[in-house]
Amino acid sequence: MIDTNQDRSGKRSARSLTDILYSESFRTLIYQVALAVGVALLGLYLYQNVIENLSRQNIATGFGFLDQVSQFEIGETLINYSSRDTYGRALMVGLMNTLTVSAAGIAVATVIGFSIGIARVSNNWLLQRIAIAYVEIVRNIPVILQVIFWGAVIRNLPAPRQAVELWGLGFLSNRGLTFALPATDPAHVWMFAALIAGIVLAIVACHMAKRHREATGRYIDMLWPCVALVFGPPAMVWLGFGAPHDISFPERQGFNFVGGATISPEFVALMAGIALYSSGFIAEIVRAGIQATPRGQIEAARSIALRPRFVMRYVVLPQALRVIVPPLTSQYVSLVKNSSIAVVIGYPDLVNIGNTVMNQTGQAVEAIAVMMMVYLIISIVTSLLMNFYNRLVAIKER
Amino acid sequence: MIKTKVAGLSAVAGLMLGVAVGSVAQAGAGDTLAAVKARGELLCGVHPARHGFAAPDSQGKWSGFEVDFCRAIAAAVFGDASKVRFVALSSQQRFPAIQSGEVDVLARNVTATLSRDTALGLNFAPPIFYTGTGFLVRKADGIAKVSDLDGAVICMAPGSTTERNVAQIFAAAGMTYTPVVIENNKQLVDAYVTGRCDALTKDKAALPGVAAFDTENPADHMLLPGIYSKEPLAMAVRQGDDPWYDLVKWVTYATFNAEELGVTQANVDEMKASADPDIQALLGVIGDNGTKLGVDNAWVYNIVKQVGNYEDIYMRHFGPETPVALDRDQNTLWSEGGLLYGFPMQ
Amino acid sequence: MTSVSQHPVAKPAAYNPDAKIPALVWLKSNLFSSVWQSLLTVIVAAVLIRFCWFVLDWGVINAVFYTADPDTCRAATGACWAVIVEKHRPMLFGLYPYAEHWRLVLMMVIYLVTIVVSLSPRFWNLRLLVPLWIVATSAIGVLMFGGVFGLRYVPTSEWGGLPLTMLLFTGTVLIGMPIAVLLALGRRAPLPVARSVSVVFIEALRGVPLITILFVAVNVFPLFLPAGVEVNKLLRITIGIAIFFACYQAEVIRGGLQAIPRGQYEAAASISLSYWQTTRRIILPQALRICLPAITNHIIAAMKNTSFVIIIGLFDILTATTAVMQDPLWRSFYIEAYLFVALVYLFFGYALSLYARQVEKWIASGRI
Repeated sequence: MIDTNQDRSGKRSARSLTDILYSESFRTLIYQVALAVGVALLGLYLYQNVIENLSRQNIATGFGFLDQVSQFEIGETLINYSSRDTYGRALMVGLMNTLTVSAAGIAVATVIGFSIGIARVSNNWLLQRIAIAYVEIVRNIPVILQVIFWGAVIRNLPAPRQAVELWGLGFLSNRGLTFALPATDPAHVWMFAALIAGIVLAIVACHMAKRHREATGRYIDMLWPCVALVFGPPAMVWLGFGAPHDISFPERQGFNFVGGATISPEFVALMAGIALYSSGFIAEIVRAGIQATPRGQIEAARSIALRPRFVMRYVVLPQALRVIVPPLTSQYVSLVKNSSIAVVIGYPDLVNIGNTVMNQTGQAVEAIAVMMMVYLIISIVTSLLMNFYNRLVAIKER
Repeated sequence: MIKTKVAGLSAVAGLMLGVAVGSVAQAGAGDTLAAVKARGELLCGVHPARHGFAAPDSQGKWSGFEVDFCRAIAAAVFGDASKVRFVALSSQQRFPAIQSGEVDVLARNVTATLSRDTALGLNFAPPIFYTGTGFLVRKADGIAKVSDLDGAVICMAPGSTTERNVAQIFAAAGMTYTPVVIENNKQLVDAYVTGRCDALTKDKAALPGVAAFDTENPADHMLLPGIYSKEPLAMAVRQGDDPWYDLVKWVTYATFNAEELGVTQANVDEMKASADPDIQALLGVIGDNGTKLGVDNAWVYNIVKQVGNYEDIYMRHFGPETPVALDRDQNTLWSEGGLLYGFPMQ
Repeated sequence: MTSVSQHPVAKPAAYNPDAKIPALVWLKSNLFSSVWQSLLTVIVAAVLIRFCWFVLDWGVINAVFYTADPDTCRAATGACWAVIVEKHRPMLFGLYPYAEHWRLVLMMVIYLVTIVVSLSPRFWNLRLLVPLWIVATSAIGVLMFGGVFGLRYVPTSEWGGLPLTMLLFTGTVLIGMPIAVLLALGRRAPLPVARSVSVVFIEALRGVPLITILFVAVNVFPLFLPAGVEVNKLLRITIGIAIFFACYQAEVIRGGLQAIPRGQYEAAASISLSYWQTTRRIILPQALRICLPAITNHIIAAMKNTSFVIIIGLFDILTATTAVMQDPLWRSFYIEAYLFVALVYLFFGYALSLYARQVEKWIASGRI
């Protein structure tokens, strides 16, 4: 940065008015005040125009519409919702859908991205070339085109009556993917709770093992104990409830399928489009991360006879993750933002519902403001978490 | 050399900015009629592709029922029905477009409702088309009436009155359905045609157009009988500009009244010589109706001569010879039991 | 993680490093280095050959390249490229009046020539480029709008297809780059107010999806203007995409600025250059060179982002194609049509990245 206080050495008492006027710090101050006033005036001007335009045409303003009854239905809802609920709740349904499709997209993109990224640095020339071709193709085709393409592909699948049967477990049709699912049972809630408890237990156990190792230098292999801690409790709960094993198989009935679970075509198309698009970027991030570990370190680790698993766990991964995680997170955030193109294909995400709300109420300013705020909050929270992580993994010099 | 490039880029950016400022146009704030006259053309918001109402052909020439009403306004203002620029608006863009002044009048399948009249800051001219919610289904599915649709997947556009009507119809009958809501009209129709949805719902009048133009074999599809809601489609203008509202309103009435008095596109020149004072007043032979509205006295003559009366317009787009033939039902004159009632032009 | 390459290719012992590696050695080290690697290679090769055969079979051998009759296509088992031949005009030119399509062809020729000339270092001379751009911009404006020289007036609402994509893209970069530079400088400026304004602006816009910005440009922006003033919708949308682009690009340029050693600033200060002189003559040229690869990435992203206009109903090449696919006779050949559009984007993206690589070489060799 340029030093703006060059004349600080001059004696204060000896300064005349002209000195002050010509001094760099004074000029800087003037620029700043001018800029601040300019920005404030512009903001005020725009605000006034909006207010004036809205009131001149008698357009309703304010966020009161969020409490009004929406009077429209939504195709996919995670929380209870009907046309007698409010606009606010409709938007909440949209947000939940945005988060669902994003979470699924992130999972798929991560799996594909890591696989391709590893293939990208493989010893195998053929695999490497294919990975490069994949990355170049999915990254350079607009994500909207990919989503529209998958949407068209799924819509052109056969109708439910001629649905493709998947080994007796489900059907693929232009109504989406319908598959068999364990029939709902009260045990499931408890199994889920047990799973969460197991994960917490595993984390605590691993942490204790780490403290033990740091204190005594003795290593306890926690891999299998942790697996047991995570999956043991749910399995025990399941057995405790008498091992309910009813499975709900989908059957054709009327227009559609009854039983099982269905993933809608819009969800699949949107998820496939944004996930494949992101997977190309993730592959590149992973490649950069893997290549970030200097070869010498791996050789050094091997030369002290560290087991290959530990070379990966304690040498390569920590360094690779430090390189991978920050760009990976911003890739995840951009995937969440890309999910907003759901409106093209008709998946009821936040923007799609917001669009309907904007249309029903005519309050474009407020509806768009709500959408922007939600995405902004998602971005800000993610970047705060990221900063926290960065501080956590920053190289601690001792 | 990068430096040169930066300088070159900024020069071009300056140029672009110049173009930008140049394209900032004055559009009369309160006085739409004066602004339209000054601009030399009417900006009319229409549906991007609704066969029968508004659709561009492969050469980009617009035609349709609502398109003709835009042209009728242009005929009244300029004496030249061709002085219209059609702005295709999605259902999401239509209200912001009229509110912000992007278009002068909205003739885009807008259902007149109380909340739109008030909270959206619109004024509705008399309805030009009465219709209701309709359902298009595939004959092969064996659906004969709306109650057969229990559990069906239904495609619809977001933010439409239809979206609300369907919710009410199904709730009242205790039935369930899965909505698939798609804004892009092409994608919406595509979703129905490819079988993603069991039924496509829109204003009843819009559905024959979908069957006729967008399906491979129109005979495979049918409209479910019965009318399930009130959908009075009307032209809309901004609130706070009464003279412009008056003009749009009376252009609408003029087409009704011309039909009532038997003045058609074919006979309008002969009718000018008619002794009937009502016809004389209508065509501007006597009186100063046009002047009162701020346009030429021959405004109705121009409308009928260049566009036609209500019947001419209707038959051109929905007549038995057209691909989207529709019975006139309620869209006939009050004297014939319909709902079209032109106020007296005195 | 077994196949991760931690070892570069084992080089055969040779005195001359430039000597060609014998093919067999290359094959052994890159494809058949171990039993597992060999197995992998065989499997991958089998899948690849199967896939290539399918592509050849579907896309060439059994494909229909030219017919006006969709039934011919339906009878064939392969691709129906005829749909592109048949529908290329509405796909490439959108809603633009049919009889005036020659103007768009001419416009694209002028556009491409101007761009190619502007990108060649041989012509980097303001006395040539500025007149060229003025002439080209006016010519393109006249061709697109018409209304003079007996050309029919075509409002922006009827523009469409590939020319619209090109204009949106060029407008985005030309408007966005200067804003990006200003924002980046603002974020690194000695003035705290300028810094905070830039930070808030950049971070707020990077935190929201492009769609919401387009919604603002289309639905809300007119309300910001005083009554009676309107700005063309296409221009509003271009500015919206450009500002979005600028916020991402600003962060890239900031990275470049941060990489400039402090000594450069001090040296500039010691010969008493002002802030703007320092920035323009010393700092920016170096910073832009440093972050050129990242800048290119975002420029290519800007090209892809123009496709978002489908949501607000502009008829770019993608929207026009989805509209064409509405034709019941040709609807079933959507894969061919979308592949064609994808190829158009891939082609332009590839051309841009090739050019960027060339520029990096020029920079490395000190040519620019």
